Amino acid sequence: MVIEKPSVETVWEWLSQVPDPEIPVISLTDLGIIRDVQWQGDTLEVTVTPTYSGCPATTIINLDIETALRAHGIENLSLKRQLSPAWTTDWLTDAGRDKLEAYGIAPPQPAGGPQHCPRCQSTAVEKISQFGSTPCKAQWRCTDCLEPFDYFKCI
Amino acid sequence: MSQPLFEYLCRMGDNALVLGHRVSEWCGVAPVLEEDIALANVALDLIGQTQLWLGLAAEVEGKGRDADNLAFHRDVWDFRNLLLVEQPNGDFGRTMMRQFLFDGWHLAQLQALMDSSNDQIAAIAEKSAKEVTYHLERSSDTVIGLGDGTEESHRRMQSAVDRLWPYVGEMFLSDDVDQEMMAHGIAPDPASLRAGYDTLVADVLAAATLKRPEDDFAHKGGKTGVRHTEHLGHMLTQMQWLQRSYPDATW
Repeated sequence: MVIEKPSVETVWEWLSQVPDPEIPVISLTDLGIIRDVQWQGDTLEVTVTPTYSGCPATTIINLDIETALRAHGIENLSLKRQLSPAWTTDWLTDAGRDKLEAYGIAPPQPAGGPQHCPRCQSTAVEKISQFGSTPCKAQWRCTDCLEPFDYFKCI
Repeated sequence: MSQPLFEYLCRMGDNALVLGHRVSEWCGVAPVLEEDIALANVALDLIGQTQLWLGLAAEVEGKGRDADNLAFHRDVWDFRNLLLVEQPNGDFGRTMMRQFLFDGWHLAQLQALMDSSNDQIAAIAEKSAKEVTYHLERSSDTVIGLGDGTEESHRRMQSAVDRLWPYVGEMFLSDDVDQEMMAHGIAPDPASLRAGYDTLVADVLAAATLKRPEDDFAHKGGKTGVRHTEHLGHMLTQMQWLQRSYPDATW
């Protein structure tokens, strides 16, 4: 069967509609884990980098990419894993950072801790634990509004 | 060359696997919820790293095995992990001391492997080093907090370091496999990591008001596979039970 090959820009657009399975307010492209999209002959090759090596969402992410692209009619698809350069939170898009904050997750900061409480904006915050409900997050607390909140770790 | 490289990759993978499994034994029973979550996260990172190391080991070996196969279908004498990581958890303090003593070496080792002449090894090391930086930060803080804590926590932490110290020296010993890796620019000389490690340990133990044991006597035989402690076999009966009883079981 001869099919019209969609442009890589179109594929990127499709991938930007696929939500992260653990934090569905941001998309896979917001997260910065899609490293490359290209056609190798008739096969669409999508290169993905893991956030954390043991993150259980990784296999779900691959499945979601495949499901989304198949739904758009892509038949020959190959998913490649790329470890280096290792994923960094610098690759989160600005839109992604805003969506995290609006969702109640403080976005990563180079200083190593949240800038302010995502609920009341107070800068009086303290760390509860270096780890949180998913590998990419830590637990913090606002000492003004007293709400605990997730902080997206900076790596 | 492929045999020593396979051995070397098994050492890296088995350290992560055995410690990852040990740490996961805390899941649901840690002293407080935050620590339970933190321990489970560290275990998860280590198991993820195991898949990378043992996956590459299986690929290098070229006998059609994969990471799961190596993890679940080898017997105790085929494991190449350090004796330190197979030691039982003990109390929470001993678990955290074991973690600190390992993390300090692990991070230095991974940072050196980032310059490996083998690109796949360098890539796994680069990925893992980011995670292990967090592990070391947390284990150092916890050792300091508990060592310089109450009389009871101090006593337990001193007893933990006294008990685990004889398992530290093995990390810096080398054998033919290490020589081969050094000759090909794949991995560092284990002894070259000792000075930095000693400084780190001295700083953290001083802040924790703990004493470093004077005797540097070291048990060995884990990474060469010559002689593991009795604890590893018991651990494997738990870890490998399902895959041994129901070979090739899948979800």
